[in-house]
Amino acid sequence: MSRRVSSTLIEVRGVSKSYRRGGQVVAVLHGLSFDVQRGDFLGLMGPSGSGKSTLLNLLAGIDKPDAGAILVDGVDITVLPESDLADWRATSVGFVFQFYNLMPVLTAFENVELPLTLTPLSRRERREHVAAALRLVGLADRAEHYPSELSGGQQQRVAIARALVTDPKLIVADEPTGDLDRQSAAEVLSLLEQLNVQFGKTIVMVTHDRRAAEHAHAIKYLDKGELSEGADLLERSVR
Amino acid sequence: MQFLKLIARNALRHKLRTGLTVLGLVIAVLSFGLLQTVVGAWYAGANNAAPDRLVTRNAISLVFPMPLHYRDKIRAVPGVKRVGTANWFGGIYQDPKKFFPQFAVDAAQYFEMYPEYRFAEEEKRAFLRDRRGAVVGRKLAETYGFRVGDTLPLRGTIFPGDWSFTVRAIYEGAEARTDTSQMFFHWDYLNETMKRRVPRRADQVGVFVVQIADPARSAEISQALDAQFRNSAAETLTETEKAFQLGFVAMTEAIVVGIRVVSFVVVFIILAVMANTMAMTARERLSEYATLKALGFAPGYVAALVLGESLAIAAVGGLVGVGCTFPVAAWFSTQTGTLFPVFEVSLATTAMQLGAALAVGIAAALLPGQRAARVRIVDGLRAIG
Amino acid sequence: MKAIPLAYSVRNLWTRKLTTALTAGGMALVVFVFAAVLMLDAGLRQAMVSTGQPDNVMVTRRSAGSEVQSGVERPQAALVEAQPEVVAASKETVVLIAQHKRDSGTVSNVTVRGLSPQGIALRPQVRLAAGRMFRPASTEIVVGRSIAQRFAGTGVGERLRFGARDWLVVGVFDAGGSAFDSEIWGDVDQMMQSFRRQAYSTVIARLADPGAFDALKRRLDSDPRLTVDVKRERQFYEEQSAALSGFISILGLTLSVIFSIGAMIGAMITMYAAVAGRTAEIGALRALGFRRRAILTAFLAEALALAALGWALGLGVASLMQLVHISTMNWQSFGELAFSFKLTPKIVLQSLAFAAAMGFAGGVLPALRAARLSIVDALRAA
Repeated sequence: MSRRVSSTLIEVRGVSKSYRRGGQVVAVLHGLSFDVQRGDFLGLMGPSGSGKSTLLNLLAGIDKPDAGAILVDGVDITVLPESDLADWRATSVGFVFQFYNLMPVLTAFENVELPLTLTPLSRRERREHVAAALRLVGLADRAEHYPSELSGGQQQRVAIARALVTDPKLIVADEPTGDLDRQSAAEVLSLLEQLNVQFGKTIVMVTHDRRAAEHAHAIKYLDKGELSEGADLLERSVR
Repeated sequence: MQFLKLIARNALRHKLRTGLTVLGLVIAVLSFGLLQTVVGAWYAGANNAAPDRLVTRNAISLVFPMPLHYRDKIRAVPGVKRVGTANWFGGIYQDPKKFFPQFAVDAAQYFEMYPEYRFAEEEKRAFLRDRRGAVVGRKLAETYGFRVGDTLPLRGTIFPGDWSFTVRAIYEGAEARTDTSQMFFHWDYLNETMKRRVPRRADQVGVFVVQIADPARSAEISQALDAQFRNSAAETLTETEKAFQLGFVAMTEAIVVGIRVVSFVVVFIILAVMANTMAMTARERLSEYATLKALGFAPGYVAALVLGESLAIAAVGGLVGVGCTFPVAAWFSTQTGTLFPVFEVSLATTAMQLGAALAVGIAAALLPGQRAARVRIVDGLRAIG
Repeated sequence: MKAIPLAYSVRNLWTRKLTTALTAGGMALVVFVFAAVLMLDAGLRQAMVSTGQPDNVMVTRRSAGSEVQSGVERPQAALVEAQPEVVAASKETVVLIAQHKRDSGTVSNVTVRGLSPQGIALRPQVRLAAGRMFRPASTEIVVGRSIAQRFAGTGVGERLRFGARDWLVVGVFDAGGSAFDSEIWGDVDQMMQSFRRQAYSTVIARLADPGAFDALKRRLDSDPRLTVDVKRERQFYEEQSAALSGFISILGLTLSVIFSIGAMIGAMITMYAAVAGRTAEIGALRALGFRRRAILTAFLAEALALAALGWALGLGVASLMQLVHISTMNWQSFGELAFSFKLTPKIVLQSLAFAAAMGFAGGVLPALRAARLSIVDALRAA
């Protein structure tokens, strides 16, 4: 029995989302549809308030759209009940946030191990995975350090290690270089590239940094809930 | 004015936190006040003592009686105005839990010496006429629903057998602190009955209450009185009524001390809570304090902000706690019935409650205030976000 | 359910040391009061219960609340002695005398018991600690350990004056922490003479077979010549402490509950602040795949860890109270009674449960708030 492996990882179908802001209802996304292929490195750009973070949240399964469907690897995550969605996130998505969001009271090792505690792996197996992830991001020697003892760039790399330790299909990154200096940002971005090229991870990255976006392989531009290709990207971002 | 406005607004920023802290303070102040009142109630007997009354008892112990014929000798001692007899009856009304003091007294003399027990003239006369009559205090009457004309049955323990009395009078207390939880009946009736039932226990008196003309001579008269009975079968010990009552308190001193200690423990508990609140609040606002200092406000101003907020919270908690103390004490008094005959919240207690709230308000703000005043502008501003 | 590692909850207590110390300190004080009250009650009970022997029986006058109030006439005492179930009996007299305390000089009532050599034999828990036992038919007395410590003039070789006579103290006895430690013992006939008593106070009897108690009681209750109450010695002493014990328990527990509200409020404030300060972390944990229940449990665990800290501290200090000795007037018998705080395994568990309840009550609402956060809102707080 052969399983048909489609090249499409994410299918977004007619997704709408609105927010209540100070008594008013603002429609951020309306009827959005697009695909993300397996192995893509997609950059999402747009002015603030355009809904790019909202879209990212929807793709990652931490928010639900008001209408429409999102299929990730064939599974419609918009109809999953909350507990199943949590389980899905644990195995299928890796997160990289702007402010790292590491647990200050856990060591780098323990932070990276955190998602693995949601899996049935044994202690020894977990330890091996964590060591491998930390080696990958070049921080094996910092495993016992607490986040407060690490620089911003190092913290973000620990966060990346955490994001990939469960070998997820999808990695979402929300302004991953937003709080970093130029050098650290470059390190983080090349790391992401490596994950994409060498390990075939599908990455969706939201950023408003043009230089960061250049590391992505494709760029989509979100404005007033409308998605467009990056052809006239340079023109728009200058504006 | 701006200072006060700042304090008020700051305190209300975290409504839940401030509200919880105030609630904690109210409970602590209330508990403290109640406990101090319990201790005060313990001393009620001593506080009700009159300086012109002495109590004469058997020198060995209160448990031993004295012969009735001592009365004449006592009356003959110079300085003595009046002598009354009283025996602790210690009977059981329905069941041992329903405890109240019962005394067999020679009514004619006794109530002249206790003018603070106020009678309706008619009721008093009815009592004096009825050998088996009884007098109950207002608080006692209310607790068990005794009315004039009711039968009051008692099961004797010290004086065995079943006894039955008729309530003839209900006395009021002259002041709020007068004990109206007692029951009195005729000593003569007790004696007659004992003559019949157990003759060898007749003509025995528990204590003599002695009224003297000049309170300043109480020590002198006490000694003269005791000298009368030295080397007799029943030597006596005479002391002022206050000393006598304090003797009882001294016996349960350990408990009183314990309650006092515990009442201060509650103050420390709330101090910990309050200090925690102020510490957290001050820490969260470090950058604001730094900004204020950068703008030119003195460190003292910043510390004063912290202190002011702490005092404001303590003031509200303290005042509400004091306000609640009165109704709660009244409720407590009705619940415990005759166990605490007098349960009044004294002025001293209220003052202590407010003092405790004030002390907590100040103490809780010391460390955080200091920290706020000392924050380096640079450090504080960096902590944004 | 996959839980967030416990280290996360516990270590967060360590990062805010002052707050943790203050909150746990408040709870420790409450646990201290709670445990101390229970320990006081246990100590009181032990003093009373260890006084009674399982095969001894006490005969007092009907409805007498205490031995001091009781009177058993000589013919009645003789009748009791003659019962077939009784293998040994002691006719005793019990009075209260006023004596001065050593340190404060205040006067307190001391129980004096006149008994015979049979009476001493009926109390096997009593041993001589110093000197010797008093000689029958003499004016010698022995004092309990607690009396020797607390009251003036009670050392071996000293004389006490009461009942218009001088009594020579020839020994100190140790009654193993029971009520007898607070008594003075002497010859029954000498005492009866000295206090001009015609009737005994009580008759203590040992039964050949403890199971024969019911038969004996029935016979004595129905005999018209007797106006006595028959009780097992243990039960009698338990009733002696009932009033004082009840008062201590009720007052103490009421106070503990009221105080615990204060400590609970402290815990609540701390936990609300913890949740507010770590909102972004909560969002991240939820995003990683931890469920709401895991968040709830983690914060509850933190509150319970605080409570456990308070419990350990409070109980530790309370256990030091075992070095303290209390003596107060027992309301039932009117005599001075010495006892101390006693820590039992049951109290250890009870105080743990109490602390846990405080921690739970204080932590549940904040933990629920943490669990109810939506992921997006929580992350936005970063």
